[in-house]
Amino acid sequence: MMTLTKEKLTILREPDVIFFRNKAKEYAVKIGMSLVGQTKLITAASELVRNMLRYANGGEAILEIVVRNNIKGVRLTFADKGPGIKDVKQAMQDGFSTGKSLGLGLPGAKRLSNEFDLKSEVGKGTTVTIIRWKNGL
Amino acid sequence: MDKIPILKMGEFLLVTIQVDLYDRLALALENDLINMVSKTEARGVLIDISAVSIVDSFMGRILGNIASMSKIMDAETVVVGMQPAVAITLVELGLTLTGVYTALDVEKGMELLRSKIGYLPLDEENLYDDLN
Repeated sequence: MMTLTKEKLTILREPDVIFFRNKAKEYAVKIGMSLVGQTKLITAASELVRNMLRYANGGEAILEIVVRNNIKGVRLTFADKGPGIKDVKQAMQDGFSTGKSLGLGLPGAKRLSNEFDLKSEVGKGTTVTIIRWKNGL
Repeated sequence: MDKIPILKMGEFLLVTIQVDLYDRLALALENDLINMVSKTEARGVLIDISAVSIVDSFMGRILGNIASMSKIMDAETVVVGMQPAVAITLVELGLTLTGVYTALDVEKGMELLRSKIGYLPLDEENLYDDLN
């Protein structure tokens, strides 16, 4: 996989979420992703950025345009130095939340992405990476 | 701070969301709407989201909350104008907006509201129930 464009944003406040969503949309439009694809990508991004703000008081979000086998995609990475996730398997279940939310954020973001990776270490932080390919379903 | 305007139209309240919402703005809208329902004794709330390009789980929950709270205050809520891409995404996200009435556009939403609060003769009301 090769990276064509890369940008890093710091997420500290709620309005940063909107700015980041717009940036992600810009990237998706740039590679010619369908409207449904764009919407899925920014919705997943919205869930993950919110998690970062709520559970880790913010963090860093990286936007990239990547290429694999001649196909372009948008890769988003969300890295925080928060408390980490104790039980990742549980956190990936629909309806599970340690906050007061619906518990759809992580599993929902996974369903909306073509590729999803979550690494978390208790006390150190969490990094979530998602990719949506231009031609992804 | 930003604010979403709420218009009163007869017995209904009309909200057109023209910007993408962040969480605090959505919460403020929820609060303002419920207060307005109480103050104006509105029987229906119509929320137009045709300009909204993203509804995530938080926004979805707010819509559900508004519907439940209005219901308790004797007002019905209809969400209109959802973009197809948003609908596809919502379902895949796992959010089905249970308990929220929806209509394709403002006009149909108004009709639905009127039927919900009993403006229409019985047979027409049944017709709408079938559609839902």
